[in-house]
Amino acid sequence: MTEISMTVNGRAARASVPDNTLLVDFLREHLRLTGTHVGCDTSQCGACVVHVNGRAVKSCTMLAASAEGAEVTTIEGLANGELHPMQAAFKENHGLQCGFCTPGMIMSATDMVARYRAAGKELTEEAIRHELEGNICRCTGYHNIVRAIQDGAAKMAAS
Amino acid sequence: MYDVTYHRAASVDDAAAKFSAASDGQLLAGGQTLLPTMKHRLAAPSDLIDLRGIADLVGVKVSGRKVTIGAMTTHAAVAENAELAKVCPAIVKLAGGIGDPAVRHQGTIGGSIANNDPAADYPAGLLALAATIHTNRREIAADEFFTGLFSTGLDEGEIITAVSFDAPETCGYAKFPNPASRYAMTGVFVSKGGGAVRVAVTGAGSDGVFRHEGLEQALSKDWSAAAVDGVKISADGLMSDIHCDAAYRANLIRAMAKRAIA
Ligand SMILES: Cc1cc2nc3c(=O)[nH]c(=O)nc-3n(C[C@H](O)[C@H](O)[C@H](O)COP(=O)(O)OP(=O)(O)OC[C@H]3O[C@@H](n4cnc5c(N)ncnc54)[C@H](O)[C@@H]3O)c2cc1C
Ligand code: FES
Ligand code: FES
Repeated sequence: MTEISMTVNGRAARASVPDNTLLVDFLREHLRLTGTHVGCDTSQCGACVVHVNGRAVKSCTMLAASAEGAEVTTIEGLANGELHPMQAAFKENHGLQCGFCTPGMIMSATDMVARYRAAGKELTEEAIRHELEGNICRCTGYHNIVRAIQDGAAKMAAS
Repeated sequence: MYDVTYHRAASVDDAAAKFSAASDGQLLAGGQTLLPTMKHRLAAPSDLIDLRGIADLVGVKVSGRKVTIGAMTTHAAVAENAELAKVCPAIVKLAGGIGDPAVRHQGTIGGSIANNDPAADYPAGLLALAATIHTNRREIAADEFFTGLFSTGLDEGEIITAVSFDAPETCGYAKFPNPASRYAMTGVFVSKGGGAVRVAVTGAGSDGVFRHEGLEQALSKDWSAAAVDGVKISADGLMSDIHCDAAYRANLIRAMAKRAIA
């Protein structure tokens, strides 16, 4: 067992977990934050994306122990009384059907907006498609997801 | 995943000591190859020694044309380094094309080359750049380092600390990514500097990354995409798998070499 402590969605989280616990299992099973999903066992689908120290990572491909001391944000940490602008944009642009991939899509989307803003680069439609290479959606065909991210990025810039 | 005992190393020496003390230890870097392999129960180390906390292993240094990249530097950090982009844009492009953003935030150059996947990108870059691989025991030239499919010149427990190279006058990289995995179905890195041309091919050889002599000779005489057309590219020794056969890969070598130069 390993003692771990980290900050999840602004709150201190501490536990003693088996050493082989993946971050996603710590979030879902121990903290009951089941918004983060698991869609594959090959690290390819992106349903499990969360932010660790401000960067998108696949929480199925990181040990909870490796996140010791980190700031973790999950989909549950985005809304602040009302939906986060990116969540609102997915709702308004029909960026989801079954919703299974959506938490990962939104966490990847807010990460790419932040990175492009920091680098002073324009997040074009083409760039969004390229940035989504690690997020797979089984339902939508991506067009509305890309539209939602364009809209969400504009909303984030305005808010 | 089988049970495993987790350790966080405080320094390279500490990691080496923890590795020696373990019955069947393995170093953990970004985990983007090792953890999926463990989840599939294809690897079952007794102990994992996490290198993540070792600050000395992280960072890109550019002084003049001399480039040093710490083993634990992520693909994203290489891709975003503006100073490196000025002296060696192709390595920056290569790093930015590995996997997807979340993989690039975790995966490291040390982990990538230690793994030496025959379809990985960095092996082609480091071989074409005649890089030096620094370990906790010695320095190894890229020509001696990449020894075959998933195999390297590293000894048991040897830890990569950094890679270094002199940025060449010109270099370029182009890969044809597998549409599902983004790994190279074939990738070609070309570099020219100090009168020498080096061309390294990944994703194609059935024995892993290799230098292409025919392309090197032709490009030494005439550094142009047109020169690539005159080179005979044999399908002997190339991989055939569900993605494509050896003849297709031979053609990809030509196509990627031209794109890398352009
Ligand atoms: C979805 C997906 C897509 C990918 N696409 C690509 C791609 O397009 N191109 C590509 O090149 N790669 C790709 N990768 C692999 C990725 O680049 C990995 O980051 C890399 O192969 C391994 O690096 P790591 O830091 O994650 O190492 P780990 O997985 O932690 O370790 C890999 C191996 O290296 C050893 N090791 C790690 N660090 C050291 C060190 N300093 N010294 C000695 N041994 C060490 C470990 O013990 C282990 O055996 C992809 C991975 C995923 C999950
Ligand atoms: S569950 Fe993490 S990438 Fe699929
Ligand atoms: S909405 Fe169903 S998987 Fe994306």
